[in-house]
Amino acid sequence: MGSQGGFGQSKEFLDLVKSIGEARSKAEEDRIVLTEIETLKRRIAEPDTTRRKMKEYIIRLLYIEMLGHDASFGYIHAVKMSHCDSLILKRTGYLAVTLFLNEDHDLIILIVNTIQKDLKSDNYLVVCAALNAVCRLINEETIPAVLPQVVELLEHPKEAVRKKAVMALHRFYQRSSSSVSHLVSNFRKRLCDSDPGVMGATLCPLFDLITIDVNSYKDLVVSFVSILKQVAERRLPKSYDYHQMPAPFIQIKLLKILCLLGNGDKQSSEHMYTVVGDIMRKCDLTSNIGNAILYESICCVSSIHPNPMLIDAAADAISKFLKSDSHNLKYMGIDALGRLIKISPETAEQHQLAVIDCLEDPDDTLKRKTFELLYKMTKSTNVEVIVDRMIDYMISINDTHYKTETASRCVELAEQFAPSNNWFIQTMNKVFEHAGDLVNSKVAHNLMRLIAEGFGKDDDTADSQLRSSAVESYVRIIGEPKLPSAFLQVICWVLGEYGTVDGNYTASYIAGKLCDVAEAHSSDDTVKAYAVTALMKIYAFEIAAGRKLDMLPECQSLIEELSASHSTDLQQRAYELQAVIGLEAQAVENIMPVDASCEDIEIDESLSFLDSYVQESFEKGAQPYIPESERYGAVNMSNFRNQDQHDASTHALRFEAYELPKPTMAGRSPTVSSSTELVPLVPEPQPTYPREIYQTPSVPSVSDTGSSEYKLRLDGVQKKWGRPNYSTPAPSNTNSDSHKTANGETQRDGASNVKSRARDASYDSRRSPQVEISPEKQKLAASLFGGMSQSKNKQSGGGHKASKTTNRAAEKTHMVKEVTTPVQPTQDLLDMGEPTIASSIPSVDPFKQLEGLLDITQDASAQSSGSVGATNAPDITSFYAE
Amino acid sequence: MIRAVIVMNDKGKPRLVKFYEFQPVEKQQELIRSIYGVLCSRAEKVSNFIRADSILGPDARLVYKTYATLYFVFIFDTSENELAILDLMQVFVEALDKCFSNVCELDIVFNFNKVHSILDEIILGGQVIETSSSEVVKAVEEAYRCSSSNSSFTPVVN
Repeated sequence: MGSQGGFGQSKEFLDLVKSIGEARSKAEEDRIVLTEIETLKRRIAEPDTTRRKMKEYIIRLLYIEMLGHDASFGYIHAVKMSHCDSLILKRTGYLAVTLFLNEDHDLIILIVNTIQKDLKSDNYLVVCAALNAVCRLINEETIPAVLPQVVELLEHPKEAVRKKAVMALHRFYQRSSSSVSHLVSNFRKRLCDSDPGVMGATLCPLFDLITIDVNSYKDLVVSFVSILKQVAERRLPKSYDYHQMPAPFIQIKLLKILCLLGNGDKQSSEHMYTVVGDIMRKCDLTSNIGNAILYESICCVSSIHPNPMLIDAAADAISKFLKSDSHNLKYMGIDALGRLIKISPETAEQHQLAVIDCLEDPDDTLKRKTFELLYKMTKSTNVEVIVDRMIDYMISINDTHYKTETASRCVELAEQFAPSNNWFIQTMNKVFEHAGDLVNSKVAHNLMRLIAEGFGKDDDTADSQLRSSAVESYVRIIGEPKLPSAFLQVICWVLGEYGTVDGNYTASYIAGKLCDVAEAHSSDDTVKAYAVTALMKIYAFEIAAGRKLDMLPECQSLIEELSASHSTDLQQRAYELQAVIGLEAQAVENIMPVDASCEDIEIDESLSFLDSYVQESFEKGAQPYIPESERYGAVNMSNFRNQDQHDASTHALRFEAYELPKPTMAGRSPTVSSSTELVPLVPEPQPTYPREIYQTPSVPSVSDTGSSEYKLRLDGVQKKWGRPNYSTPAPSNTNSDSHKTANGETQRDGASNVKSRARDASYDSRRSPQVEISPEKQKLAASLFGGMSQSKNKQSGGGHKASKTTNRAAEKTHMVKEVTTPVQPTQDLLDMGEPTIASSIPSVDPFKQLEGLLDITQDASAQSSGSVGATNAPDITSFYAE
Repeated sequence: MIRAVIVMNDKGKPRLVKFYEFQPVEKQQELIRSIYGVLCSRAEKVSNFIRADSILGPDARLVYKTYATLYFVFIFDTSENELAILDLMQVFVEALDKCFSNVCELDIVFNFNKVHSILDEIILGGQVIETSSSEVVKAVEEAYRCSSSNSSFTPVVN
């Protein structure tokens, strides 16, 4: 073994590894492994194999399974080995079973008994080995078999055992939260364990628990803060230092927890400000782990109730990350920036050039992260630049997954922020051209619907302009080879519906194009079907308009071909077309009215037009119809099914003697799931960066009485790492409100604006002498971030009156900001009753109403400027939910 | 949580594979192959992070680092911090180094049950339980000393 210094394995194993290492092809390797498997099968079955030999065989089995070959013939021997008394054999056995078997494997039954026995062992190393196995092998059914022992081990004198027992309990919680829900208080108890290692391990389950139900743990804020403080002040034993940082992994976990607890909760957040600020100051930026802590602090600052000082510190830290040469740090910087702009949008501006550098970085991970950031900060002013960039990137990559993701983001941004019809159509064309088969078919349907319904309620000219430009671009594109099917479907549909409407193109021209499409994609029935239907519409409109129908010969032959098609759908369409063009103008107009794709079709569900026919039949002596359900005695099939399920559940294994009561079964109530519903989860990082922080209703941290009886006193933690002294906890129920302080924030915002602009300038000036910034880059920066500074200047000038006299463009930016950017309290206060917004409403361009189309209420919110923020937030999110 | 720890050499041959959520053998091999493919395509002097959602589902992130001829790969979800994982990897390698004194690829091949024990001291059930390499080495050495000296020996619990 390794402890003997050399390679303790036999020469055979050494040769095996060597020959596999030297194998020149996969086939050769497979051959070697197959021979090995044959050897092992034979050897293992020999009756007089010594245990020592067996141990090596099992390790060899593990090795060949790691190389991807089936070693299942030896599983049972691994199980047997875990029964051995010798610790080393037992450990090998446990290792093998944890790697070989999943928790639902049949052989697990044979191990549970051993685990039960080993958990009771006097030798703590055996207990540890068993706990390792418990974490991997125990499933929902077998939890009750080992749960009592595991709970007992939480109090074991050895910290290594306590640590592993905590993790085992956590694993049970993940597997089946209901079976251990009554034991969750143990995690709180272990938080004040005398051993920092156990405390650190306990943070893992607590993090998960808090993620699920943040409110029940608000009372721990003070404890977490004081632990973090002690860790940061180096009160832990030296052995926990890592690269001169005091217990950095514990710090990171604690910051993550604070991040959850402080989110949208002003009062909890206030406890954290000092310690987080201290940590940010103390971070050693030369080491990787120091930066990791700093990054985690920024995440925490961006998540908890905003504090201007901390935000400034975070912005500084981000600029250090972004200016670093390390790609890792740049990546973290971009990620952190994406978080911070949610509460402090102006930060993005300081770093514009750094962000653009990252966009052009050869590192794909960094590039992708940067696009994610841009996606978060897209608004009407910079949508064109960002989406163009995204499309270029989309075209450049081959990975289907990311292509799809980028494409759908482009579509989403285009639909939301498009500045003009033409741009929108062009963008969609590009997306469809390059990723048409990857995007969701719903996107294609959406596009058709948008073109059909138009963007405004009343603005018909804008709608028809949109359609004309769509038709025009499609006529141009349609001839290109290799268009994706979904895109062709859209093209055919639009050409059929609107191709001849504006009179720019003749029916035969469009028909010719459609025939070409059908011919060029003869293997794609869906495209052909769309093309034929489009043809039918074109000809129907011609007939209805009273013009003479002049069918192209190629069209004729296409229809003939399709009426003999194997696809009944295509056949039917071809015959329908022939039938329609045979009718007179009046009838055709009724069948195919022009531009009626949005009209509802009325369906007479009661089939009243058949009444007279039915009446007639009755009179001739027909029997009335009896519904199927009334014909025989109704049999309720579901009864049987319920029965079945019940039976299945009682088949479960029992590991305990029958007469013992099973408390866990009684405890299996859905308490946990119900509490998660009541409590708002921590908001996930939203794709939009607007507002949550300000809007999130404050969560009262009243802990319910049920859990309070488990509650442990944690005040002792503040003093020392010893036994906790159980004194009364501070009253934990608080009702923080984050809304009251609009005034305080106003000042804060103003201050940070000024500061950030100052820094911005210095950053630029510092940067420019070193690096020659190409004008191209600067232009890009201006177009990405410019809109923001423009509108900000507008605002900070205090001259809201001035905006009346400024040009339209500036006014528009202002308004756009009103609609799409997070509403800061400054605006809320200052814009109250301010006529600027109202005055800019008449200058609304049709695409503003595109946003309105997505959710009408937004229009209303733009009008009532005071409540913009409040109504906006749900609107945007509901859009994403689509 | 951490979803997997994989050590493979620069030819893509796995040296240590540990998934914290069970994956069938074929799936494991497929994942190792695709991860190796991604790692090979990485240029030098780029970040150590890869978004792995196309390979391992949403939220999956991957941190890798090369030590001599070996790739160390940790796969985890959003609840971990990339930079910290990079250091956790360092802890793991430091522990290996202490156990094998100047660890090399062959040490890991021939003692991979011991390597597993070391990893088990650091990560249990996908959660980090110990981050001090000396503590890890202490625990592992203790287990091996006890078991190799005498199989019937039982240390006294204090």
